[in-house]
Amino acid sequence: MSKIEWPLWEVFIRSKQGLSHKHVGSLRAADEEMAINNARDVYTRRSEGISIWVVESKNVVASDPSEAGPLFEPANSKAYRHPTFYEVPEGIKHM
Amino acid sequence: MTKQEALFEFLLRKADDSLILGHRLSEWCGHGPILEEDIALTNISLDLIGQATELYKYAAEVEGKGRTEDDLAFLRIEREYKNVLLVEQLNGDFGKTIVRQFFFDHFEHLLYEGLMNSTDERISAIATKTIKEIKYHLRHSSEWVIRLGDGTEESHNRVQASVTDLSRFINELFFQDEVDEILINEGIIPDVKTFRVAFENNMNKILEEATLSLPEEKWQLSGGRKGVHSEHLGYLLAELQYMQRTYPGMEW
Amino acid sequence: MEKNNLDSLDTIFQDKVDREIKIEPKDYMPDAYRKTLIRQISQHAHSEIVGQLPEANWVTRAPNLRRKAVLLAKIQDEAGHGLYLYSAVETLGADREDTIDDLHEGRAKYSSIFNYPTLTWADMGMVGWLVDGAAIMNQVPLCRCSYGPYARAMVRVCKEESFHQRQGFEIVTQLAQGTPVQKEMAQEALNRWWWPALMMFGPNDADSTHTAQSMKWKIKRHTNDELRQMFVDATVPQAELIGLKIPDNDLKFNEETGHYDFGEIDWDEFWQVVKGYGPCNTERVSARKKAKEDGLWVREAANVYAEKRARRNKKVS
Repeated sequence: MSKIEWPLWEVFIRSKQGLSHKHVGSLRAADEEMAINNARDVYTRRSEGISIWVVESKNVVASDPSEAGPLFEPANSKAYRHPTFYEVPEGIKHM
Repeated sequence: MTKQEALFEFLLRKADDSLILGHRLSEWCGHGPILEEDIALTNISLDLIGQATELYKYAAEVEGKGRTEDDLAFLRIEREYKNVLLVEQLNGDFGKTIVRQFFFDHFEHLLYEGLMNSTDERISAIATKTIKEIKYHLRHSSEWVIRLGDGTEESHNRVQASVTDLSRFINELFFQDEVDEILINEGIIPDVKTFRVAFENNMNKILEEATLSLPEEKWQLSGGRKGVHSEHLGYLLAELQYMQRTYPGMEW
Repeated sequence: MEKNNLDSLDTIFQDKVDREIKIEPKDYMPDAYRKTLIRQISQHAHSEIVGQLPEANWVTRAPNLRRKAVLLAKIQDEAGHGLYLYSAVETLGADREDTIDDLHEGRAKYSSIFNYPTLTWADMGMVGWLVDGAAIMNQVPLCRCSYGPYARAMVRVCKEESFHQRQGFEIVTQLAQGTPVQKEMAQEALNRWWWPALMMFGPNDADSTHTAQSMKWKIKRHTNDELRQMFVDATVPQAELIGLKIPDNDLKFNEETGHYDFGEIDWDEFWQVVKGYGPCNTERVSARKKAKEDGLWVREAANVYAEKRARRNKKVS
């Protein structure tokens, strides 16, 4: 039998006002409307969301895990970006 | 006929519509054309069974004879079911199920918008909750009618055949009798005659986009509201009532 | 890639697994790990999907409105779980449709329990109580599986599954406390489902080919026999509480071990059903095949419509 498959979409759900959309999984749909409807039926059956984003999986650009070293490790040596790097004299408040 | 009798009859008619269609859709469970759609059809089925439950509960209270929502749903004879013929029609292929839903959703949408303004608070509360479900059903069935109508030659032909076939049952959606007259006068339900044109316009707009059309002839089948059904309902009820009839009076 | 290079990648991989660092889709993973996951997750997905059918068999005959809605919602959850799992398989580069074709052509397996028929309403209780109960035993440890997408899918599944077992036990309890006819219906169903439920954990550890490697990779956290014992220990007291008898004359609490000893599983029956000769193997797979084939024109139409519309939108802009 010939293969007829719908494109794969990644689904992001905002669970409540004030939070960002979070990746929850994927699904198949022929078009955008169907992707939204399917995301609603598949991923929010228990009121898990109030807003949905869908992106066709082929449009997601991801960093390469083998590049993780050069991409992310240089940040490790920059401890001065974190507040705990600094000494604050005792008794100082609100800083 | 008293107002109370009319109200009971109306609630039964609408509860039966929802129950029978919900039951039909539940037959798709596990057999949908793709997993995502299996889940979608089941969601609609669950909404309809939920609506039926609310309406039967209220009907049982209005009747005041101590019957429960389950007694009404499971323990009447075929002649006492008052759903329209459309909802008991067989699922057929996915396209036929969608067309049946499409006709029904368009009607329900206008009816329930009217019911939201009912002078009966219980009905307006049920309608306010239900209208959100119906709007989603309408969106789902309308989008699918367009996809299938304007899809492949095969899908177009299949779905056009279903539109032609099921159009026989459209007119009955607008059935009115003494029950309706009494309730319209009380402001409990809207007069469906007033939105017949809107109903056809709304549907035609989508059918046109779907490159589909309703047949010229306007067939006038009816009977459901009086309990005279098609051959299909008896079998549906045989399954629906199987447990209650086989093991009378037991709790499950 | 050079052999030495691969060896060192394998070492780094195992080290990550040992340190409980999750493996994510694009990370390096040994081929055998990928294959094992594809096999196991797709088998799990198929089980959810085929598992809809024995319960769908009673949806139209559920005895009241509440039971009807609950059963329908539960079966729908199973479709959802299948979908989450197919999603996880797709992250490993295994296309969903190919995976499903493997099931339809008999190249992939699913849980044998679903090859048993559901003959009475009490079976809806047994499926929830025993089958979902056994599935939960299997699935809870999978939430900690080394492969990220599988573990995340399982967290979702387990959260949703928690009502499934309860609704099943509620059905059984209602029957056990009901009329003599109902009680008998429950006991008869328990007699049919008990042993197949124990078989769900797979062959004894000594005969299980994949267990050791899967445990090293932290795909699996407990052996088949450990999980089976946990299930028996949890379930027997529940049966006693509602007055049903487990159909096993060798079943006895062992004071020394603190566990229940139980009788020998009929492994001939197990292998017969696994190999395709159970009561419903043919019906289950052909129902799924039919659904796929009947839906072909629908899926095709939706694709063609999407293309048409994309073309029209391009022209407009």
